[in-house]
Amino acid sequence: MTDLTSENRRDGALNPVLIALVWLWVLVPFGYGLYQLVIKIPALFGT
Amino acid sequence: MTAGFLQRERIVAPPGWSRWLIPPAALSIHLAIGQAYAWSVFKAPLEKGLGISGVASALPFTLGIIMLGLSAALFGTKVDANGPRWAMAVSSACFVSGFLISAVGLFLGQYWLVVVGYGFIGGIGLGIGYISPVSTLIKWFPDRPGLATGIAIMGFGGGALIASPLTSQLLAAYGGTGNTPSVSGIGMTFLTMGIIYAVFMSVGWLLIRVPADDWKPAGWDPAHSKQGTLITRGHVSAANAIKTPQFWLLWVVLCFNVTAGIGILERANPIFQDFFRDSTPAETLAAAAVGFVSILSLANSLGRILWSSTSDFLGRKNMYRIYLGVGALLYLAVTLLGDSNKVVFLVCAIFILSFYGAGFATVPAYLRDLFGTYQVGAIHGRLLTAWSTAGVLGPLIVNAIADARIAAGVQGPGRYTTAFMIMIGLLVIGFVCNELIRPVDERFHEPRADAATSTTGAQA
Repeated sequence: MTDLTSENRRDGALNPVLIALVWLWVLVPFGYGLYQLVIKIPALFGT
Repeated sequence: MTAGFLQRERIVAPPGWSRWLIPPAALSIHLAIGQAYAWSVFKAPLEKGLGISGVASALPFTLGIIMLGLSAALFGTKVDANGPRWAMAVSSACFVSGFLISAVGLFLGQYWLVVVGYGFIGGIGLGIGYISPVSTLIKWFPDRPGLATGIAIMGFGGGALIASPLTSQLLAAYGGTGNTPSVSGIGMTFLTMGIIYAVFMSVGWLLIRVPADDWKPAGWDPAHSKQGTLITRGHVSAANAIKTPQFWLLWVVLCFNVTAGIGILERANPIFQDFFRDSTPAETLAAAAVGFVSILSLANSLGRILWSSTSDFLGRKNMYRIYLGVGALLYLAVTLLGDSNKVVFLVCAIFILSFYGAGFATVPAYLRDLFGTYQVGAIHGRLLTAWSTAGVLGPLIVNAIADARIAAGVQGPGRYTTAFMIMIGLLVIGFVCNELIRPVDERFHEPRADAATSTTGAQA
């Protein structure tokens, strides 16, 4: 039980930094995929 | 006794834990397993490198989607019982193993290892991973379940956006492209992707937490939360849910909504070329068709979060009225207008695909409304068999009919008229089924004390 409490307390204290980091962790690759997709769309309109 | 690292007791969130850490945890799983939709990038190199047919090169993907539905249905209860960290870790292990076994198979020149590794073992990872964060997200966002599940399930759509260019670039770097691709180069691509996904997915199972028993969002009062006629205060077990007509009506709704979307998605490139061959210069037609496929992928992905979060305000039943009813009218417009107006065709196709994605993303919240949060992950898993069915039904209808029309010498949009009329019929049937959905009879509800204990933090 001690393990449990200490793990959660440690994690909880990192919350604001953690939120920024983990959103970047998923948004950066998603942004890369989105960019690769969007650059193909202009061909649809013949440009 | 100390709880095991993967057990749900170990991941009960402490006071002050932000719920905005949960969607990225879910996304790191869904963005990875969504790679399945980018399988087609491997097809040509495998066919040329190993000298196999198109049907054989599709086998790992087909088996993977079948295993997705089966494993979600079979392991749903276990996912709910063991908690999301266990589910995400198992999903990561299976999904990554699929890539590694495939790599070994290619190094040894044994294609059956790719089928078993990526299709069978990786497919189990897809199913468990797909449902792993759903019930947890619903419990962290009782005020906005549509938004929360929409974010995660958008990730599954977005996974292919990442995997598709990544796979192409890796294949090119390892010599796995061209007319004589290196088989070991393709194997290296699988190996590299397996390692990348192992690291990427680890954030999911390390970060995931379940809310504590007494947790609720700040300023949110369950007594004053939005109440619709379908939203239950009771809880239904997975075993009881499949005995209700509501489950099977929703099964048909999901199945036919997905079938209608796949009808366009699966054959998007040739559909565009057949519709606009006469009005588009020959040299730009192929590139325009690629642009069309890209814009549909974007609509599919964005529809998941946009329409699903709208369902928190308009209600789940109303949203499916739009997906199915408006979807049928859009299909009718495409069928009647043919190639006469490209802009209208594009707008209709974009909305149809956004409704397709939204159907996936809104269904967990619909299940929560009907059956409560008790075993919503397991119920969702069972419902995903509708997806597996639609995955066979949609391409079968469009390809079989289109191929027959082509063989009969039909040109242009006429190749798809019959198939699209069938899709309209399916959407109308789905619309009627959605209208027939009523609140679940109280006799299916769990006894109050049991459900209350089981729906709190530890079971999330």
